[in-house]
Amino acid sequence: MAKPVQQLDRVVIRFAGDSGDGMQLAGDQFTSETAVFGNDLSTLPNFPAEIRAPAGTLPGVSSFQLHFADHEITTPGDAPDVLVAMNPAALKANLPDLPVGRDIIVNTDEFGARNLAKVGYATNPLDGDSLDSWRVHKVPLTSMTIEALAGTGLGKKDAARARNMFALGLLSWMYHRPTDGTLRFLEKKFAKLPQVAAANIAAFRAGWNYGETTESFAVSYEVKPAPMRPGVYRNISGNLALSYGLIAASRQSGLPLFLGAYPITPASDILHELSKHKGFGVRTFQAEDEIAGIGAALGAAFGGALAVTTTSGPGIALKSETIGLAVSLELPLVICDIQRGGPSTGLPTKTEQTDLLQVMFGRNGEAPVPIVAPQSPGDCFDAAIEAARIALTYRTPVFLLSDGYLANGSEPWSIPDLDGLPELAPDFAVATDRPFLPYERDPATLARPWAIPGTAGLEHRIGGLEKADETGEISYDPANHDLMVRLRQSKVDRIAQSIPPLLVDDPSGAAGVLVLGWGSTHGVIDAACHRVRRRGVPVAQVHLRHLNPFPSDLGDLLHRYDRVVLPELNLGQLALLLRACYLVDVVSINQVNGMPFRAADLEEALWHVLQGAGT
Amino acid sequence: MSIDLGSPALSGVPKTDVAQRPKDFKTDQEVRWCPGCGDYVILAAVQGFLPELGLRRENIVFVSGIGCSSRFPYYMNTYGMHSIHGRAPAIASGLAASRPDLSVWVVTGDGDALSIGGNHLIHALRRNVNLTILLFNNRIYGLTKGQYSPTSEIGKITKSTPMGSLDFPFNPVSLALGAEASFVARTIDSDRAHLTSVLRAAAAHEGTALVEIYQNCNIFNDGAFDLLKDPQTRDQWLIPLEHGEPIRFGPDGSRCVVIGQRGELVIGTTSAVRPGDIVVHDAYAADPSQAFALSRLSGPDLRYTPVGVFRSVQRPTYDGLMAAQMAQAALTQDADLAALLRGNDSWTVPATPSA
Repeated sequence: MAKPVQQLDRVVIRFAGDSGDGMQLAGDQFTSETAVFGNDLSTLPNFPAEIRAPAGTLPGVSSFQLHFADHEITTPGDAPDVLVAMNPAALKANLPDLPVGRDIIVNTDEFGARNLAKVGYATNPLDGDSLDSWRVHKVPLTSMTIEALAGTGLGKKDAARARNMFALGLLSWMYHRPTDGTLRFLEKKFAKLPQVAAANIAAFRAGWNYGETTESFAVSYEVKPAPMRPGVYRNISGNLALSYGLIAASRQSGLPLFLGAYPITPASDILHELSKHKGFGVRTFQAEDEIAGIGAALGAAFGGALAVTTTSGPGIALKSETIGLAVSLELPLVICDIQRGGPSTGLPTKTEQTDLLQVMFGRNGEAPVPIVAPQSPGDCFDAAIEAARIALTYRTPVFLLSDGYLANGSEPWSIPDLDGLPELAPDFAVATDRPFLPYERDPATLARPWAIPGTAGLEHRIGGLEKADETGEISYDPANHDLMVRLRQSKVDRIAQSIPPLLVDDPSGAAGVLVLGWGSTHGVIDAACHRVRRRGVPVAQVHLRHLNPFPSDLGDLLHRYDRVVLPELNLGQLALLLRACYLVDVVSINQVNGMPFRAADLEEALWHVLQGAGT
Repeated sequence: MSIDLGSPALSGVPKTDVAQRPKDFKTDQEVRWCPGCGDYVILAAVQGFLPELGLRRENIVFVSGIGCSSRFPYYMNTYGMHSIHGRAPAIASGLAASRPDLSVWVVTGDGDALSIGGNHLIHALRRNVNLTILLFNNRIYGLTKGQYSPTSEIGKITKSTPMGSLDFPFNPVSLALGAEASFVARTIDSDRAHLTSVLRAAAAHEGTALVEIYQNCNIFNDGAFDLLKDPQTRDQWLIPLEHGEPIRFGPDGSRCVVIGQRGELVIGTTSAVRPGDIVVHDAYAADPSQAFALSRLSGPDLRYTPVGVFRSVQRPTYDGLMAAQMAQAALTQDADLAALLRGNDSWTVPATPSA
């Protein structure tokens, strides 16, 4: 007898368990299934910095939230509709986020006295009435997994490790997910361990079958595919898109890609990814420290490579001196800062936008560096190409300012047509009859020539000492220094001439309030603005990709509105810059808790400002 | 100097057909070292020796850090970068690893290489990138006007240590050998012929070559190496190393190096030991123990200082191994960007959705 199927327009699922429970893997696979099915989606992995915090404790809880829908969505969802809790710690840590009436799928096998005591449960919450406000599905996930794998020859302990696949199978049944991709994935992942592959597949199938037969789940749910613009799509995370963007920039410029990097969360995956692609001419150099990472990249830039270094905020602090040298040498260099919580070591696995002022100003002397910020995981691809374009065109280091949320979050991505990618020309200097002047400037861009070793007749010396205009010789002349400082600033300012006009989203054209954002907050600001408009109040939205220099039309735009509201995951860093540059009384909405804004919170904050603005 | 390995290190660097002269390597920049500085001698030796290599000038790069010696690139008519304090080995590693057609040289000092840049130096040595590192050791900070350095002898009275320095100095040769260096040599600025012979061997070495050059700072540490330069004393304390030769030194070869009771190397009197007991120098020995023991003969007082090539062994270079991986990947990977972007789990949304 077939169970009834209920139609839903959107669902938020949160997988939560111990760090060793494989929740990120289960979440990733559910996401892949969902992407292939055609829903729009957005994800939020949330995990501790420790690789294996003590098992069963609250600090060891790792979770993965996925929001999917039959319409366009822009956030990973404020609150789960379904919480999968693999142990008492996962239940206790995540229950406060779960609205009443929603579903909890709980692994009852882990609710023994010891695990309960570890998180301070005096009595088993599954026995009393404390969970009566939710729909609790008690599933002995571990023992059912062991039972399902009884014939495989695996010991109980090894068999139990497949319980995440049992949970994934159950959820896949509940939401009618296609399963081919997961089965293929497991076969490939464990290709060298066929017994383990078979066990995981068996656990996955057992979970699916359990859903179909048990009375604990009376209905299953269907979320129809979302209408999307025609094209070829895939699911992609920010760090993967960023890596691919760099490879694409290498192809478009004809320059070999060189990455100098030191491992750091949450940027390491870019190093891992690029190291796989030597076939594309990509060289990756894992250096002895952050300073050597950027140093090697700068050396490669001098030699004519498309040079990149990747890091997070603490690494930027260490690289600052070399970034200053790159400003002085005027060589192309892409510096990726995947921001995380700070200061100091801070919150390595959480997200913030707190490095803006560091990358803007964190160097000695007048040392302007352009800044580009992607706004979604897929957009990291285009932002990487844009950063490379600016670096190559203007012979300058460029910051690509991503963050932990973009890096690990994922979304469906419309795969670009290679023919549509911008051409990037390195324009190496060539010898002429005239004496070579290493600091002679292009009149349009103010860029200096890029003369690489191996070019006869262009032998020259550059360095961090101040250089004479045009000749590049050492100069301590006061007037020359003043000129060089202003030339370097003007060069960066001129980049604004190559930035397209801002796109303002103001459907009614009647808005008096402009909501402005940058970077990873785009999706949630978009969602909050839609909600406010649905409540009948017009509001305009614009999002900045270029943070240094600002687009030429930004000043006029800001002054066209009665109020400018700026949500940021910091204490008002962009607001400080806008106030300084445009004398605009920006209203800040700030959150610095290591997590992205929630749409409902932002909606209320915007609503509050709008009421105050008298609109 | 008896070492001649050919120049495997330079096999990938284009040669010139035009005869070069030392002045081809001079720039029009005024040399701004103090009159009498040992750096002048080293500069002249390098400019005098480079024509021997016959490399195209545009394929030679000098990279330096910060300090007096690090002004070196400005005076070499090649490509050059005067970078930041201590970081030259890192910058040069990125350049050499990505451009095997270049001959890359690092010029550094005892403060630059051993203090602020110590980490980069040891990792460059273990990595064995194709670089030649010239470490000018004057045992003092010159450009900041006379503070003690990591090679200054303990108790050194300087501006920053009026009661004498407290920290024990590095022995750069021991340090380099401990850092898995494949080529380590020492020479002195005052002996142009020896300096040139060591430079020749270093340039020929495939991998990272470290050459420590004792260099006199006549302003802040004048006479630091006089013991090894003064005709009255030098023969007594200098131990010239020649590969394959028994290690004898001193007036008429009266002193020698022998193995001590605990396996260490000690100084002996030639007439008092059997000829077969005199240690024969083997710069090509795979095991670095004897080279290290030789480096320990001298202490901070410079007595019994070996000079010459301590160690010169072949080990795969980082840039060579990287090039091999690139070549292998080019054969086995399909560099199809469209396929990479599409991945394994793409789906198509048709232009006209079916009902």
